[in-house]
Amino acid sequence: MALSRKPAGALPAKLARKTDWKNYFAQYWFIYVILAVVLAYYVIFKYIPMYGVLIAFKRYTPSAGIWGSDWVGLRNFERFFSSAYFMRTFRNTVLLNVMNLAFGFPAPIIFALFLNELRNQVFKRTIQTISYLPHFISLVVVAGMLHDFLNNTGTITTVLNLLFGTEKKVWLNDKNAYRTIYIVSDIWKSLGWSAIIYLAALSNIDTQLYDSAEIDGCGSLRKMRHVTLPGIAPTIIILFILRIGAMLSLGVEKTLLLYNPNTYEVSDVISSFVYRRGFGIDGRADYSFSTAVDLFNAIINLTLLTVANFTARRFSETSLW
Amino acid sequence: MIRSGLRASPGEFVLKVINVLVMCFVMVVTLYPFWYIFVASFSDPYEVVRTSGLMIWFKGFDLYAYKEVLRHRLFWISYRNTMVYLVMGLIVNMTMTTLAAYAMSRRNIKGKGVVMKIIVFTMFFSGGLIPTYIVVDNLQMTDTMWSQFVPFAINTFNMIILRTAFQAIPDSIEEAAIIDGASAAQVMIRVVLPLALPSIMVIGLYYTEEIWNSFFRGLIYIRTDTKYPLQLILRQVLLSNVMGQSDQSFVDTNIGQTVKYATIVVSTLPVLMVYPFIQKYFVKGVMIGSIKG
Repeated sequence: MALSRKPAGALPAKLARKTDWKNYFAQYWFIYVILAVVLAYYVIFKYIPMYGVLIAFKRYTPSAGIWGSDWVGLRNFERFFSSAYFMRTFRNTVLLNVMNLAFGFPAPIIFALFLNELRNQVFKRTIQTISYLPHFISLVVVAGMLHDFLNNTGTITTVLNLLFGTEKKVWLNDKNAYRTIYIVSDIWKSLGWSAIIYLAALSNIDTQLYDSAEIDGCGSLRKMRHVTLPGIAPTIIILFILRIGAMLSLGVEKTLLLYNPNTYEVSDVISSFVYRRGFGIDGRADYSFSTAVDLFNAIINLTLLTVANFTARRFSETSLW
Repeated sequence: MIRSGLRASPGEFVLKVINVLVMCFVMVVTLYPFWYIFVASFSDPYEVVRTSGLMIWFKGFDLYAYKEVLRHRLFWISYRNTMVYLVMGLIVNMTMTTLAAYAMSRRNIKGKGVVMKIIVFTMFFSGGLIPTYIVVDNLQMTDTMWSQFVPFAINTFNMIILRTAFQAIPDSIEEAAIIDGASAAQVMIRVVLPLALPSIMVIGLYYTEEIWNSFFRGLIYIRTDTKYPLQLILRQVLLSNVMGQSDQSFVDTNIGQTVKYATIVVSTLPVLMVYPFIQKYFVKGVMIGSIKG
């Protein structure tokens, strides 16, 4: 595409290039103004904080500022790794995420497969719309409902008591129940919504494949295995990678809303620990220590994402980059 | 059609029945909590305690809980705050995100690739909680409404979705406008934005949802309770006897249950009323996002 409307040959080469630039900016200055504003936003709110990560290696005091505070090397990391909090928060974060991957990730896929088998369109659409509902409810309200339904006279407690004869108690104070509550409520909230993307992938599968499978004598289950699952495999892989990349950052809000000191042993995750230490919720606020823990978390995240992506590219044609 | 299942075997039939049963189970588990809360909030508070969580229909009729909610000053202040944050936030979010997406969708822009790399990198690595807090604090934004949307002006994922939508508009339309003498700004405002309006609306809905539901940014940045967003007050009301935040538990716990339910109803009703109508736009957003995810 020609940027300059003037015949360049009529001018000396150097001058012509200058005119090119002039025309270029005359045409695109508007875009550059936008880019400058956008870059300013990213620099201020994303890149300056990255510079601020330096406080993880310092003893930060607000009066001295980020650069002026004393270097302490890796002391903050050593403090974290040698404390009991490291094993506890790391284990809880990994466990909750692995459980989420193991149960929370397949749930919407299974739900989508079930929905896909329904032949009555009205029923199907009704179920689908209803299943979106919890997605639109705020996390705070969901947590409030959980606290209420799981207390000693709550709905879930009562139902469990009637069905299985379990004790009537405040379930959220029970260390053994916390993880189940966390995972199941997550599935409840996101089931229908997460299924959307799989349903879209399902609707893109060529129906002729089903017909020919049927001619070959496949029943529902075998069609599901040999046609449906391969058809949505790329979608599953991409979402799996994304899920792994977001693994350790998952759930600070939910944890803050569901946990209490009774269950810290199983509920406290890295991000909630970062929050408590950073803002001094239980004790003195320690910016540097909190940031060191946060940085550790971020590095693990980045590594996980890279590994997941690499693995996906190795074993299939689908990857993020 | 072969698929209509004329020769369905008994096994297939059983599968179908199981499928319908599972779907009905999902439906009940999803809807019952909301129905229970709705019904209980209008019922006699003492009856609600007695039924221990199982109610199909109103037990007595009592507006006590709603009167309590009406009296709760901070709740309404926070409701108003969230509305203000929503309007202001949407202006900031939409302006910044649309502009960014527009600039990034143009071709032949020198240096665009570098800028894109700078932006995308922030999706994979961030400075984290405290360093971001220090920046916001240094900008004197803490405990002001600006802290609730300015640091979150561009959600990079949303920006990329919008960029994809802008890129999908055929070049010929813009070229025609340029030949007709439109300036760069006019091309954007008169041609590109109207054509991408459905996608822009979807992103607007995403931001609305984000601001409406956010409580963590309020928790971090807002200290004065009259500036709290709705979700933060909700947390105080709903989790009051759990987290030891005694200051705001404004009723005795026995009858407080229905007050909590009424609070949930009042704060969630707007969302429940609009969601059946707007959910298809959200679904569309998921689709757009998935193309370029």
